[in-house]
Amino acid sequence: MSMDPTAPVDGTQFMTFHDLAYDAGKTDFQRKAQSVGQGREGELLEVAMGPQHPSTHGVFRMDVVLDGETVVKLKPVFGYLHRNHEKIAENTSYLGSMPYTDRLDYFCSLTNNWAYALSVEKLAGLQVPERAEYIRLITAELTRVLNHTCLAGFLLQDMGALGTPLMYAFREREKILDLIESLTGARMMCNYMRFGGCRCDLPPGWLDAAKKVVAEYPRFLDEFETLLSGNEILMARTQGVGKLSAELAISAGITGPMLRASGVDYDLRKVDNYGIYSRYPFRVPLGDHGDVYDRYMIRMLEMRESLKILEPALKDIPEGPVVDPKAKLRGFRPKAGEAYGRIETPKGELGFYLISDGSPNPYRYRVRPPSLINLTILEDMCLGQTVADAIVTLGSVDIVLGEVDR
Amino acid sequence: MPGAQLSVVKNDSPCAQHSLLVDVEHAYAVAQFLRDDPQLRLDYCSNVTGVDFLDAELSEKVKVKKVVDGVEKEVEEVKKTKRAGYLEAVYHLYSMSLKHGPVILRQRTPGRADPVRVTSLTPLWRSCEFQEREVFDLYGVLFDGHPDLRRILMWDGFKDYPMRKDYVEPDDYEYEPTPHDDVLEKAKAHQAAQEVKA
Repeated sequence: MSMDPTAPVDGTQFMTFHDLAYDAGKTDFQRKAQSVGQGREGELLEVAMGPQHPSTHGVFRMDVVLDGETVVKLKPVFGYLHRNHEKIAENTSYLGSMPYTDRLDYFCSLTNNWAYALSVEKLAGLQVPERAEYIRLITAELTRVLNHTCLAGFLLQDMGALGTPLMYAFREREKILDLIESLTGARMMCNYMRFGGCRCDLPPGWLDAAKKVVAEYPRFLDEFETLLSGNEILMARTQGVGKLSAELAISAGITGPMLRASGVDYDLRKVDNYGIYSRYPFRVPLGDHGDVYDRYMIRMLEMRESLKILEPALKDIPEGPVVDPKAKLRGFRPKAGEAYGRIETPKGELGFYLISDGSPNPYRYRVRPPSLINLTILEDMCLGQTVADAIVTLGSVDIVLGEVDR
Repeated sequence: MPGAQLSVVKNDSPCAQHSLLVDVEHAYAVAQFLRDDPQLRLDYCSNVTGVDFLDAELSEKVKVKKVVDGVEKEVEEVKKTKRAGYLEAVYHLYSMSLKHGPVILRQRTPGRADPVRVTSLTPLWRSCEFQEREVFDLYGVLFDGHPDLRRILMWDGFKDYPMRKDYVEPDDYEYEPTPHDDVLEKAKAHQAAQEVKA
């Protein structure tokens, strides 16, 4: 197989990238980018930040062109962790991919499990018992709290608050990980959901332990926010940095807290009403400015809303089976067809697109990774800013490279 | 839109997400209509992906009237038709403003031989930018009108398209210092094929 020589594949077109008028609307940053660097006498400096760079949250590279300290061009480079997850999944059974979904976004393996299980349930038409729906909701919201706590810690680490906030965040994270470990047997690689339910029931005493963690969590959040949310340095470093307009966010398919920080009211828990989210009232926090500070605050507020869901859900959970008895574990073959299922994970919309041809393996297995797509506008957000701001902006996107590269 | 060929691709699974097959020439216009029409307002392109279908033999059961032993009878016969392989680009569209979806749009290439071309929808939805690059990288589908079509996950010197169904792994991975018997056997088969070609 050979590439078409006329196809623009050599990267030289990149220079004219921003000259192309996107119908979806040019941003101020794109216009600014065209003016930055024009008529300047100084030399531009190209810096490869990463793949081994502490602020890139993994093996991720940003090829940055700098004019002094100002970012003139920024190219994200991926693929260092690429293992072709999709091809591997197409060569194994449906259930065989379940443990592998843990490795996508390794902070939130339970929501990854849920997204995959939900898609297969759509494909095969399986029902989930009541108790399993509750367990899924509880574990997913615990995961959201865990993820946002860690992100706040990492974001402050990126800003130079070395160690302390991250330690506080990890101390709390460990409490939730203990819960997850006693439920699934693993701290991070849970492999817990099954098609039509969950792998095992809650261990004795788990609900009480979870209630205790949930009841104590607001105190930690209060403490964390007292120290940080009104902090002068944090506000100076984040307000007005990495702005993203609502129009561009929608067009670029940004999802999750990043989208809502730009003021777009789109939360799949409300829109798709999957699981049993419609039973619990919660608010969707929205930002005004779409800057890094808004993204930080949205996550803080979302954690409080998650705790509001968790508190009654832990009381209401009924007794019953945790897996649909009709769901087959071995020899599972859905009828030919296709399905796209998606849920709101802490990072955004995680979708699985599956095509079945009636065989035990999926014919096509596609992961729609929120982290990768949220990086689409990284350049737009960073242009015209300093390198230090670019690092904070990247930190606020909340990426996990296991999911970006797959 | 004059001349646009649209057809609905049925989906038999319980979720019944049927999709819209559009011809490559009119894909941009159709997609623009879907995005801008006030009743549809599909402003959010969630998922873009490729699918590879190999050449296949489809068998279909057909009832045929036949005269057997002087009596006319209805007999079931298996009719076999050959279907040429093709590649597809699949787009899942939602509306953030009206909160509905998905509308699934498919573009199909006439064959699997290079170059396979479809129309890029990146100028309409920025979210297609990286995802179309990924489809190009892993399936070798060229997107006309894409502003920055380069490999994204595989490295630049990589030759093949690994997500294609007929992809053969190379035998000469650098991390295979002492090839074992299976690998050597496999390499022999390739060398023979290459010699025949030459």
